[in-house]
Amino acid sequence: MTTLPTKTDRKLGLVIDLDTCVGCHACVISCKGWNTQNYGAPLSDMDAYGAEPEGTFLNRVHSFEVTREQAPPMVVHFPKSCLHCDNAPCVTVCPTGASYKRTEDGIVLVNESACIGCGLCAWACPYGAREMDGAEKVMKKCTLCVDRIYNENLPEEDREPACVRTCPAGARHFGDLSDPDSDVSQLVAAREGFDLMPEQGTQPVNKYLPPRARDSLDMPDLASLCDPAPEATGFLGWLDRALEKL
Amino acid sequence: MPSQPTPDLSPQVSDEVRKTTCYMCACRCGINVHMKGGRVAYIEGNRDHPVNRGVLCAKGSAGIMQHNSPARLRAPLKRVGPRGSGKFREITWEEALQTAVDWLKPLRDTAPEKLAFFTGRDQSQSFTGWWAQAFGTPNWAAHGGFCSVNMAAAGIYTMGGAFWEFGQPDWDRTKLFILFGVAEDHDSNPIKMGLGKLKARGARVIGVNPIRSGYNAIADDWVSITPGTDGLFILSLVHELLRAGKIDLGYLVRYTNAPYLVNAADGPEKGLFLRDDAGKPMVRDRATGQAVAWDTPGISPDLGAGVEIGGVSHLPVFRHLADRYLAPEYAPEQVSDRCGVPAVRIRAIAAEIARVAFDEEITIDQPWTDFRGVKHDKMVGRPVTMHAMRGISAHSNGFQTARALHMLQILIGSVETPGGFRFKPPYPKPPEAHPRPHAGHNPGQPLDGPHLGYPLGPEHLLLDDAGQPKRIDKAFSWDAPMSAHGLMHMVISNAHAGDPYPIDTLFLYMANMAWNSSMNTSAVMDMLTDQNEDGSYKIPRIIYSDAYSSEMVAFADLVLPDTTYLERHDCISLLDRPICEADALADSIRWPVVAPDRDVRPFQTTLLELGARLGLPGMVREDGSAAYKDYADYITTHERRPGVGPLAGFRGNGDGKGRGAPNPDQIARYIENGGFWIDHIPAEAQFYKPWNAAYQDWAVERGIYDSPQPYVFNLYSEPMRKFQLAAEGHGDRQPPDHLRARLRETMDPLPIWYPTFTDAATDPDEFPLHALTQRPMAHYHSWGSQNAWLRQIHGHTPLYVSGEIWAKHGFQPGDWAILTSPHGRITLPVLRMDALNGRTVWTWNAVAKRRGAWALDEQAPEATKSQLLNHLIHELLPPKGDGLRWANSDPVTGQAAWYDLRVRIEKAPAGQSLAYPDTGQQDSPVPPAPRNLAHQV
Amino acid sequence: MHPAPSLILFTTLSGLGFGLLAWLGFGLKAPTGFAAIVFFGLGYALAGIGLLAAAFHLGHPERALLAFTQWRSSWLSREAVLSAATLAVMAPHAAASAFWGTPLPVLGWLGGLLALATILATAMIYAQIRAVPRWHHWSTPPVFLLAALAGGALLAAKLTAALWLMLALSLAMVAHWVAGDRRFAGSGSDAGTATGLGKIGKVRLLEPPHSGRNYLLREMVHVVGRKHAHKLRLIALGLGALGPAFLLMLPASYLTALLALVLHMTGMLAQRWLFFAEAEHVVGLYYGR
Repeated sequence: MTTLPTKTDRKLGLVIDLDTCVGCHACVISCKGWNTQNYGAPLSDMDAYGAEPEGTFLNRVHSFEVTREQAPPMVVHFPKSCLHCDNAPCVTVCPTGASYKRTEDGIVLVNESACIGCGLCAWACPYGAREMDGAEKVMKKCTLCVDRIYNENLPEEDREPACVRTCPAGARHFGDLSDPDSDVSQLVAAREGFDLMPEQGTQPVNKYLPPRARDSLDMPDLASLCDPAPEATGFLGWLDRALEKL
Repeated sequence: MPSQPTPDLSPQVSDEVRKTTCYMCACRCGINVHMKGGRVAYIEGNRDHPVNRGVLCAKGSAGIMQHNSPARLRAPLKRVGPRGSGKFREITWEEALQTAVDWLKPLRDTAPEKLAFFTGRDQSQSFTGWWAQAFGTPNWAAHGGFCSVNMAAAGIYTMGGAFWEFGQPDWDRTKLFILFGVAEDHDSNPIKMGLGKLKARGARVIGVNPIRSGYNAIADDWVSITPGTDGLFILSLVHELLRAGKIDLGYLVRYTNAPYLVNAADGPEKGLFLRDDAGKPMVRDRATGQAVAWDTPGISPDLGAGVEIGGVSHLPVFRHLADRYLAPEYAPEQVSDRCGVPAVRIRAIAAEIARVAFDEEITIDQPWTDFRGVKHDKMVGRPVTMHAMRGISAHSNGFQTARALHMLQILIGSVETPGGFRFKPPYPKPPEAHPRPHAGHNPGQPLDGPHLGYPLGPEHLLLDDAGQPKRIDKAFSWDAPMSAHGLMHMVISNAHAGDPYPIDTLFLYMANMAWNSSMNTSAVMDMLTDQNEDGSYKIPRIIYSDAYSSEMVAFADLVLPDTTYLERHDCISLLDRPICEADALADSIRWPVVAPDRDVRPFQTTLLELGARLGLPGMVREDGSAAYKDYADYITTHERRPGVGPLAGFRGNGDGKGRGAPNPDQIARYIENGGFWIDHIPAEAQFYKPWNAAYQDWAVERGIYDSPQPYVFNLYSEPMRKFQLAAEGHGDRQPPDHLRARLRETMDPLPIWYPTFTDAATDPDEFPLHALTQRPMAHYHSWGSQNAWLRQIHGHTPLYVSGEIWAKHGFQPGDWAILTSPHGRITLPVLRMDALNGRTVWTWNAVAKRRGAWALDEQAPEATKSQLLNHLIHELLPPKGDGLRWANSDPVTGQAAWYDLRVRIEKAPAGQSLAYPDTGQQDSPVPPAPRNLAHQV
Repeated sequence: MHPAPSLILFTTLSGLGFGLLAWLGFGLKAPTGFAAIVFFGLGYALAGIGLLAAAFHLGHPERALLAFTQWRSSWLSREAVLSAATLAVMAPHAAASAFWGTPLPVLGWLGGLLALATILATAMIYAQIRAVPRWHHWSTPPVFLLAALAGGALLAAKLTAALWLMLALSLAMVAHWVAGDRRFAGSGSDAGTATGLGKIGKVRLLEPPHSGRNYLLREMVHVVGRKHAHKLRLIALGLGALGPAFLLMLPASYLTALLALVLHMTGMLAQRWLFFAEAEHVVGLYYGR
């Protein structure tokens, strides 16, 4: 049903910490692995060993460079997958009802058996979160591992998205962003988490945490740290006194 | 609202989870292999595993695609075309093994040194070394020589361990972390996890790297250092810390040789420690002013004043150290230009180190007792840590730079303290506790001892009576006296040149020496195919074992196909390259979670079979039958010392920790336990390990040592001074004259910095730039490209150039560059990157592939839009006109100096769309890869 | 956006077909007998071929019937429903005109309105997409509607109307281009907002996520050279609207009408190619475009 729910019970989503992501692509591949075996059609790889390989990935890590006036350039690794928007344009454009936003948790899914592969939802998404599978010709997207987070066949601690479970640096967090007391909401509040392209009016659930200030090491007066500064009294004299105190 | 679809929220994930150890890189994380219908369906990290705690990198999760790689070899191969052509015929294992025995048996009986057996990134070096020792050839080593031996050896000689497998920052407590150089390629998940911990609590990370990518991208502060100058930068930090008196004198007095008196009397003892009659180094007691043995109870050792004996003033190590580094040449202003780092920045970093180390001291209320018997009621730590690997290691000044780095950590008193750098058992282990190298070979006899070790002076060099190197790689010769890991990168070059002697059979395992694991790749391919006048090959025979259709396969005469990592037994052994944690002893296994579907065998089992057929000692029983059924049998029953074997866990009746009789159920117990074994160090033994009596006793109990081995850190390296003394003309063993000056300079017992040999000999106008390679985090050496998932992430190797170079050469997107070194030229597509040292260009390592290798399409971007920087790097320095072959290596350890490379860049002619040089094409010994994949088990 | 031939054919042919059907429905052209078979047949054939071409664009055409279900929210579904309704409602009118010589004006008018609504729905499929600022503008529906009506008028031999519609179309196209060229900048989206890093400094893509290609790049990141686009605009304007208008000003003849039709269709193919190829999707910001 492609009408968006007026309200969802929860808003499950990801918080991605751009201060911590080292760009290792672990999340990209764990996602590929899990979703090749689970939810719907496998994520195919066309021309897998050829000149122009092109596979379906639900999560990709971009790299941006940010140049600044008064400080060295920064590199920011930038993982991106479906943001499970509250006002998801990909859902309302779907002609068949294959795309829908779950009322219970806000996860945006594609019911692949109803997908005609028209591609319009991918067009409607500003973020490039949807990819048509080259082999199966249905639209694939991040499911927030809906088949993990409620999966009773998995141990409790593993009921989180594959990308979050695998992230070596802990740059990905999963939780309910409708609950102001949840860890993820707290993190967003504390670190000034932001939306991607808010001007697109999509109201993304997923949030990004900005890189902390970089290259801000200011120089305290090293001499002031010293008591007494050896330079003032001669190194050997200082050494002698310091050893005496030991 | 109408009802929404109801997807299956609880699908069955798998029929069974098999827990083993990853082998997608050398990190050795624990993995859960999910099986469906007997097939591998999904791989994730093992939450219980000490290395990765459940997380897993891109490579690890892509293991399934490596396991299913179309490049997997299928059966033993015998070459039928010329070398390099890739033309093979599949043969039976019987024929393969018999061929190998027919080649090797006569060598063992007449000249075992004519077998050169070198292994690459395998994790069974204690096993392959044991085999080579039994065979009797001195020519065995693994890949450490072109990897990180500078870091490892400098660490062992300075403090009894280095980074990665030797130790790690105290991630849970450290407050300032400084990362030097390229480091993404080792210990990858633990470092990412550690960085994550630091980030979670907002601790500062400083990255010292010409390139701000990966870990450096998240560094709070980035120092865009010029390659090869890290040592100078570090010594400038030391200068600043000394100048401000921000060093831990108490620590230096108690735990280092800083107070040792250095003999100043001219003669063969000059620069060695003053020793008492019992041979103990002496210190000056501040109370009496007398020189006494360093461990005399109740003394107060001096660091500044020396003693005068016979009119000569013998000063303590620390005095030499302070005098040297307080010199104005190390002042930030003096090093700033050379390092490409503003002086204020060096000052600021020194100040931050000082502030965190001394103002943010950590205390743990944990009493402990030191080796002197002194009781301490708490553990005090200085929470500043550092990490470095190849970035500073792979230079011709890498050993001394690594020494400088270790010295810096020691001076602030952070090593083995809470919040500081912590050793992982079986480290700390000082050089004295390691073996010495051996090369005594006799026909039909095993070698006289282990191949590799730590020489403590010229007397331990492996030289024959004529002073010539005994090893084909010239390890432990005057060329590279402390080459603790051997010099694998010199083997092909030396074997081809017959220098120091010709060999017959080159036997390689898991080392892509015809490609990315050699410097000077094009020339190495020529050496491997070069023929004598009679048409025979200069390197007569090459046996190679690999699981995949690598470039090296095409250059072998006989190929012994290995299994994938999910089809084999392995042990990650304490005897080898262990996976311990700073607070625990740990080892692990691999086991066949699936059986091979091809006619392939685990290499180690093959090696045991060869050993049995050759009748090697230890591999046959008295009746001549094979001593071990297979590698699993070896892992379980082999004993290196009584009660100590490849695996430390579940020994004896299953309770044995470290020591105990072989337990036939040992592997089953490991499998039951998730593929690993872990044994935590008692709380009172967790820090100050080299000096902590509780740790020393625990280590003996666990079989790490046979007796306590407390020691002090070597700020001043006496073994190095011994080599230097030889270079000055003292002693029986004298270096050849052409090496004297170099040894005198570079074997300095206190850390020094000197320009890399390439920098020193290169005209900066002709070759103004440094060129580096980095390994992408999602690839491991050449393996990534056969992996359908990973090759999509990194399928080509753009050359990253700074905005300045971009503008200067008028590059546009889509342009290509010609990169020229004194040795060769390559072409690559260019990409702009501003977060880059302005004097540096770089590209990805080992993504480039030879056409026909790795079951890839001939038009694959790995072959057309990628190139190895290796083509530009010679294994030798440019000829100096003396007729000698000067290795492009560190003069102390022989570590390959990859990162010394200097280049110039030009814009390639318009229309270029293919990478050069052309390395030709090899036939693929495996069937063509499937076109499309939609792999659901 | 990728100028997919199936979509170019779909929008031009079905537009033309429904445009013709509108003329026929409103009875502004009221052929009967064999002429009706020819005219209605042409309208149905163009609409049908267009829709068939659209079906070729689908990954799973066998599930196409599901596309009739989401008319409440989806313009694509509405387009499906409206096109089917048009063809269904128009059928008795067409049959009556052809076989009994008696058009059914009520159904015809209804069909005509539905045909216009279908064209509008087609346009709205694109105009609704905020992520493609060039399309997300009031000028998109007029271009589609005027193109369909002008082409329809030509086919229906309503030459005077066609002339004025061609002129109107030319204005609409120019308005769409002029406005379109400013839309992206006006959307407020740039690399800074796409990444949220704009506050820190100037944001530039260092590296795309994969060195290999992907669906998004193929489908949504298409770069047309400035010169090339300029040339095509002239072709679209000249052949698609102004040329036919000029021909229509000449004394009417089958030749000029036919020539005008051929020019118009060629021009509209160019216009549609540009419509897709020039349309910048904001996802390009994540790929440095």
